[in-house]
Amino acid sequence: MSVSFVETAAAAAVPAQAPAPAKAPEYAIRADIKSIHYGKFLAVRDSAVNVEKGKITGFIGPSGCGKSTVLRSLNRMNDLIPIFRLDGAVHFLGQDIYASKIDPVVVRRHIGMVFQQPNPFSMSIFENVAFGLRLNRYKGNVAERVEWSLRRAGLWEEVKDKLKQSGLALSGGQQQRLCIARAIATEPTVLLMDEPCSALDPIATRIIEELMLELKDEYSVAIVTHNMQQAMRVADTTAFFSVDISKGGRTGFLVEMGPTRQIFDAPQQELTREYVRGEFS
Amino acid sequence: MSVMLPGASGADAFSSADPAMAPAPDMTRSFLERRSLTNHSLTLFLWLLALLAAVPLFSVLYMLISRGGARLDWATLTELPPAGFMTGGGIGNAIVGTLVMVGIAAAISIPFGVLGGMFLGLVAPDSRVAAAARFVAKVLTGFPSILAGVFVFGFLVLSMGTYSAIAGGVALAVGMLPTVMLTSEQALRMVPQRMKDAAVGMGCTPFQVAWKVTLPTALPGVMTGIMLAIAGASGESAPLLFTALFSSFWLESLVEPTASLSILIYNFSGMPFPNQIQLAWTASLVLVLIVLVFNVISRMFGTPKL
Repeated sequence: MSVSFVETAAAAAVPAQAPAPAKAPEYAIRADIKSIHYGKFLAVRDSAVNVEKGKITGFIGPSGCGKSTVLRSLNRMNDLIPIFRLDGAVHFLGQDIYASKIDPVVVRRHIGMVFQQPNPFSMSIFENVAFGLRLNRYKGNVAERVEWSLRRAGLWEEVKDKLKQSGLALSGGQQQRLCIARAIATEPTVLLMDEPCSALDPIATRIIEELMLELKDEYSVAIVTHNMQQAMRVADTTAFFSVDISKGGRTGFLVEMGPTRQIFDAPQQELTREYVRGEFS
Repeated sequence: MSVMLPGASGADAFSSADPAMAPAPDMTRSFLERRSLTNHSLTLFLWLLALLAAVPLFSVLYMLISRGGARLDWATLTELPPAGFMTGGGIGNAIVGTLVMVGIAAAISIPFGVLGGMFLGLVAPDSRVAAAARFVAKVLTGFPSILAGVFVFGFLVLSMGTYSAIAGGVALAVGMLPTVMLTSEQALRMVPQRMKDAAVGMGCTPFQVAWKVTLPTALPGVMTGIMLAIAGASGESAPLLFTALFSSFWLESLVEPTASLSILIYNFSGMPFPNQIQLAWTASLVLVLIVLVFNVISRMFGTPKL
């Protein structure tokens, strides 16, 4: 079975373009990634993904298909890995964030990130949310802003009486919402979420998903998920990645990107059809 | 045979009604079985060893309290040491001297140690400089402390022309530095990568990640290392022999010979006068109490919550 998959993967190398919608969509991020290398290892190739303004873009695909790598290259988080190298361009509101004059630190202040493991800082709930405000020398009322962010993240009622307690004392789902509050406090333009629910139980997952749907009007959201049902529930647009093991390595690539309904109901590519039917994962 | 549980007659009836069900295994506790005997005797053995290990500590404490406790009063803590055949007197200048020299040592070793630990743990953990510094620091922790004294004698005492509190403090700092540095490195390394990732994701520069997130998170561990180093330095005598020497008078400047508890114990315990020998016992008790206080403080910082 896996042998035939290799052949299909190689055959489906060229990503299909989504049919243009009637109204031209506005994009917060237009990434045209030719290749991503870790040292000599080709991790991702030929992946052009867009994050539409005011929409949720879901990245799905089997393990090792590079969807997280692509997501993390959208705010230059991969710069932390010294051997990381990207060929291509990632345009954020028209500017290529990989241009040499760009400071990745500033990029990350505009493109926030929520991680797979909830990762609050070892400080109080209040200070966790105020962290980005202090970092950006926020001029307004920090306490009001913290409350606003916690309300937006749907956490205020649960923590308003214990803002001085450590953020690490919260449950996993609460910690993840705290991380979302921390990320939106500085009002980033785009919110990247790297499997934000994979460490959470179904109830906490549901709360986070509802939160994403509420947040998408103000923040363009890109979410990596391992869970196809989750992509169907929240994503407006879905990008399907797969992995090509034909050349010995494991190279991820974009197979198809389009409206979520189309990806699941009428995929253009055979590989996508097999994946959404659950024939491999 | 099925085991009868209280109130479990229904279950028993069920098992006998079902022929396919195997009989319940015998799971009752039996003390005389070989496995159980081994378990119990080994547990007992470990308890005995643990008690044995505590015997030296408690016998020393008992001896110090019984012999030195009698003179532990205000006069002893505040007066100058007595001369030859005098009665009375105290160890006040030695307590001050020890605290001042440990303070000097801390002022030197804490900034250098913590910064060195940050270099080893955060800035360039895999560099050759770090590997060399780490190796040297580990060697230095097992270094005979008297050699730190000899080093500072040649380096400071000879050039300054006098024994001094400064020289004593520097000699103690030589001993504290590797402890502070290596424990700081460990504490900083224990900060999870995901917290550093979060800081980077918020748009922190590498310096801001270290200063605003990693160091505060590691602070309890760093403080524990500092307190343990201070406790160790308080009890040192060898580094002070050639550097601070001793003094029977109050400390008036940092560039004169300075008394310390450990050297006072060494000097007085060898004297033929019962009053001095008595004071040496009390000084030992005071020294142990000082070390204990620093150890307790280090415990209070506890381990970082990660």
